[in-house]
Amino acid sequence: MTTEKAAVATEDAGEVREMNMIEAINSALDIMLERDDNVTLLGEDIGYFGGVFRCTAGLQEKYGKTRVFDTPISECGIIGVAVGMGAYGLRPVPEIQFADYIYPGLDQLISEAARLRYRSAAEFIAPMTVRSPFGGGIFGGQTHSQSPESIFTHVSGLKTVIPSTPYDAKGLLISCIEDNDPVIFFEPKRIYNGPFDGFYDKPAKSWKGFDAAQVPTDYYKIPLGKARTVCEGEALTILAYGTMVHVVESVAREKGVDAEILDLRTLVPLDIEAIEASVEKTGRCLIVHEATRTSGFGAELSAMVQERCFYHLEAPIERVTGFDTPYPHSLEWAYFPGPVRIGEAIDKLLEA
Amino acid sequence: MADKRDEKGTNRPKLALHVPEPKYRPGDKVDYSHLDIPEPGKQPRPDEACAAKETYPLCDDLIRVLGDDNKAHGPWDPRLDADTLRQMLREMALVRAFDNRMYRAQRQGKTSFYMKCTGEEATSVCATHALASDDMIFPSYRQQGCLIARGYELTEMINQIYSNKADKLKGRQLPIMYCSKRLNFFSISGNLATQLPQATGFAMASASKGDSRIAATWVGEGSTAEGDFHSALTFATVYNAPVIFNVINNQWAISSFSGFAGSERATFAARAIGYGMAGLRVDGNDPLAVFAAERWAADRARANGGPTLIEHFTYRAEGHSTSDDPSAYRSAEERDEWPLGDPVMRLARHLIELGEWSDEQQEEMDAELDTKVRTAMKEAEKNGILGHGLHHPFHTMFEDVFEELPWHLEEQAEQAIRERKIKFPGDPAE
Repeated sequence: MTTEKAAVATEDAGEVREMNMIEAINSALDIMLERDDNVTLLGEDIGYFGGVFRCTAGLQEKYGKTRVFDTPISECGIIGVAVGMGAYGLRPVPEIQFADYIYPGLDQLISEAARLRYRSAAEFIAPMTVRSPFGGGIFGGQTHSQSPESIFTHVSGLKTVIPSTPYDAKGLLISCIEDNDPVIFFEPKRIYNGPFDGFYDKPAKSWKGFDAAQVPTDYYKIPLGKARTVCEGEALTILAYGTMVHVVESVAREKGVDAEILDLRTLVPLDIEAIEASVEKTGRCLIVHEATRTSGFGAELSAMVQERCFYHLEAPIERVTGFDTPYPHSLEWAYFPGPVRIGEAIDKLLEA
Repeated sequence: MADKRDEKGTNRPKLALHVPEPKYRPGDKVDYSHLDIPEPGKQPRPDEACAAKETYPLCDDLIRVLGDDNKAHGPWDPRLDADTLRQMLREMALVRAFDNRMYRAQRQGKTSFYMKCTGEEATSVCATHALASDDMIFPSYRQQGCLIARGYELTEMINQIYSNKADKLKGRQLPIMYCSKRLNFFSISGNLATQLPQATGFAMASASKGDSRIAATWVGEGSTAEGDFHSALTFATVYNAPVIFNVINNQWAISSFSGFAGSERATFAARAIGYGMAGLRVDGNDPLAVFAAERWAADRARANGGPTLIEHFTYRAEGHSTSDDPSAYRSAEERDEWPLGDPVMRLARHLIELGEWSDEQQEEMDAELDTKVRTAMKEAEKNGILGHGLHHPFHTMFEDVFEELPWHLEEQAEQAIRERKIKFPGDPAE
């Protein structure tokens, strides 16, 4: 992760502070509330209490109740109201407490927010960023662990963004809030407090000491649609996002594999150039996500790599994903696409 | 000792599922004597600043102004001048003339689809007159009267219906799903009731900015069964949002009668009570009562009095859409027997009673409006009708999905344009 340190040093001369992902998100929201009077935060428990994950801590006190406020427990209301606020000219940032609970808001997201610009020929827009913690690895069981990103990547008109570090979380979130299109911003809650390498039986790490936790306190942006090269390599390309970026990195390191790892960061629009360039170089591609396998975003990635890099491929594309079951509680680590499953797939790819 | 309730085979009565059934089906004689239609002018008019509770008796009543004597009665008489009344009459008649011509245009194959609002013209035209021009309208698909009342050009409406090359929505939307930011008329969605929380959000935004604009939204009684209705009313009362919910109870949601939205045991206005919101139930075919109720709610919202739900009690005189045949599910007599009459004729007769209008003037106006619509149709047809080749360039299909075209849409646009060239070699159109 030395690349980020360089980026921080060159792009921003301002103060840098060590932050975990929660603090980085809080900082992004704070900056955007400060910079743009139209930015408005709404969601369950986000106001006085500061959010069940503390992402909005202190913001209501600083900006007042009309800028940062609690809502009734109604995801369809939260998203629907945000669409109306956008039509007025605000830039709402609604929070859905867990991605598992975004479904009551789907009609408003899919039929309304995503389609508003298109159906009105750009007379009305929905410049909103829906923040929502997602992903497993926390014994969250069926309804606190899901990764529903492919539901959103399938919807034309929505952008889907998933950070994997505090530095990215802040820069990407600022870009999302400033973007005039509706964005789904999924926050991998397993790595809110520290990176997770997939070895669940080892003690949990904090973000302390990681380069990617060195976050500028001022405004900065990371462009949407651009992947991050986590590490360069020649043997195979690994495509991942969110928590899985850290898992694949540690597995590749443990196995001593010369992998090139791309953290996609934005799923729609996708950084196809970075993917093509990498796979054309390595000839092998592994796709890793926590979400269930069938019709997951990995299927789209696999199809695109196959179509665009076919003559460079030296082995069939491998997908390592969650199983096609609801997210279990007690068997979490049998479900989670961890080091064993990833290791096997790497071996298979390299042996082919 | 064993609990009685655990025993099986006792002589407890059998439960019975109640499935609502409308009173009249095709071929039935219609008798509306069961409807409680109160005398005009008898309904009290509370102050706009009153506690929501004071309006609750009105949720079970029916606010009416125009009587069978064609005179205005009681405290809800908005005392509009004759010019305003004539203007509202003209706009309602224009909506009807427009509907009739567009219905025929669909039958002639000039477009794929149309929906009339016959019998409900007052609920959009007169309600819009009670709002300020910069108040935001969040309509459903049967409020063409709001656009007409705000002076939208007929040719623009028809361009949209024909999805032709002049269609402001670039042929992307089903006919009648209008949108006009200039006239503060929000983009119509095919998904029912989604506009309700959106209107609430707009109103919340206006309030949070210390603005003076309010929002008004329309929904059919059938769609009040959607979850968005509940969310919208909850949010509106929680934040005291300056929004008006117009529920157009026209008795029918396609083929299902209002009983399937819960009308058998409570009025739709009564929904307001549980939310702690002001509620009014109004004769939707009485243009003066509709105007007065909407103005009351608008004044209340503008004075930070919060939201109001208005049930407009009316009747859907025509089929649901050009794809619907109401004779398959309801009695043809319903429309003729409807006890609240026709909104256009009621206002015309009121003006005649005032000495401000005549049958001759009405006839002349109807003929003039029909000509106006036909002229607009001809104008629009110059830009093409559906499927006759005059449409927006293929590339526009891919625009406005996002603010900027991402690479994958650019690739797909190139494909669509390539396919067109193969299909129509030598055609210079894009």
